[in-house]
Amino acid sequence: MNLFDKVTNYDVVRPIFFDGMTLLFGGFGGVGTPPGLVDCLIESGVKNVKLIGNDAGFPWLGMGKFICLERAQSLLASHIGSNPVAGELMNQGKLQVEFSPQGILVERIRSGGVGLNGFLTEIGIGTQLAYKKPMIRIGDKEFMYEAPVTGDVSLVYAKKADTFGNLVFDKTARNTNPYVAMASKITIVEADEIVPMGELNPEEIIVPGVYVKYIVPSGGYNWKWIWEMPDKLSRNAPPAK
Amino acid sequence: MDMGDARQIIAQRAAREIKDGMIVNLGIGIPSLVTDYLDSSLRVFFQAENGILGMGPTPAKDADGNLSNAAGYPVTILKGGSYFDSALAFGMIRRGCVDVSILGALQVSRTGDLANWIVPGKRVPGVGGAMELAYGAKNLIALMTHCEKDGRPKIVETCTLPITTYRCVRKIITDLAVFTVHDEGLLLEELMPGTTLEQIKEHTEASFTCSPAIKQE
Repeated sequence: MNLFDKVTNYDVVRPIFFDGMTLLFGGFGGVGTPPGLVDCLIESGVKNVKLIGNDAGFPWLGMGKFICLERAQSLLASHIGSNPVAGELMNQGKLQVEFSPQGILVERIRSGGVGLNGFLTEIGIGTQLAYKKPMIRIGDKEFMYEAPVTGDVSLVYAKKADTFGNLVFDKTARNTNPYVAMASKITIVEADEIVPMGELNPEEIIVPGVYVKYIVPSGGYNWKWIWEMPDKLSRNAPPAK
Repeated sequence: MDMGDARQIIAQRAAREIKDGMIVNLGIGIPSLVTDYLDSSLRVFFQAENGILGMGPTPAKDADGNLSNAAGYPVTILKGGSYFDSALAFGMIRRGCVDVSILGALQVSRTGDLANWIVPGKRVPGVGGAMELAYGAKNLIALMTHCEKDGRPKIVETCTLPITTYRCVRKIITDLAVFTVHDEGLLLEELMPGTTLEQIKEHTEASFTCSPAIKQE
């Protein structure tokens, strides 16, 4: 792949996925989750995937579409309340779920993405979310150690990419994407618009292209949002926060 | 009172906690109804942890899938508003930039422990951003109906549900009453219209004291 032309198609990226891989994905309730790459992941047939992302999406959108196929082995996320199937799979022992506070999770991804070794926090001490995380005493204060997160493959959704992989995002679809883009061996970006180098204002680039391996063109969201589906509103009560 | 009315009563009372010039984060559930009762003259910036400061109301038309609140519903952005990534969203939350965080609750204890992320074996929503809002917000207000549907009290001596954050709630607003949380325990500050002190005593497991205003009634 040419350093300055990373644009390719879904047939090229599909074989990158493998059984048992750790997959990081951007998005918040499916907003900012790359729809074409989720379908590509589904088509690849891979299983036992270890997923890391903000949430389980909804059953019909975001990474929820893949989770419902029971081909994820584990999920590290901040909540799964919008995807009742994920909750059922968890209670049946078919999906191993580890919960992390939302901002702590993104900092763990960031830590992995910027070559640091994790961080200390007071948040979550004494709760079930402390799991068996190491405790560290400094002076008279006790902290919990949060380990960095990295992946084999990252899936990212951008509004615009240039051919080097410099990225610009769209409103609240940015969310975890910039850090997800930094934390895996291979980062694949789905972009609504792909432009030649020089078209993006260097001051406005959120993720420099050095983190990006492949870019594929997006066909846009291919799902309906919950607010477009009045019949779903009562059955999918939003999660407690 | 049916559950819908109860939720509206709670939201209406909670709206009075929001003052001019505040940075406010509203949780999912009852807190999301609070904006319906805000005085339109207030200048307030709502922060949403999916990456907006200065969130505006639901668009009348042309909703955009990439501009939503933390529950995934379409919103708008006000003049002076900004977009940012999740790390920054929580950075400002932990750093104390949010004046008031209004969260839904499943249980609150006498000492202000909050439980709102899981009912083991039943509801598994997950913690989302609640722990960090509880940690960083200058003021944390918990909203919930006073009792479970089967009548069990939700204001308890000790939470039986898994804790989100210990000793974080400063005020509890239910459909029956308003309590503040102090080092000495709970103080009953207000009774909702039509509610008696006897009812509160009957439906509240945690011990509490009454503010002077209540005692006079």
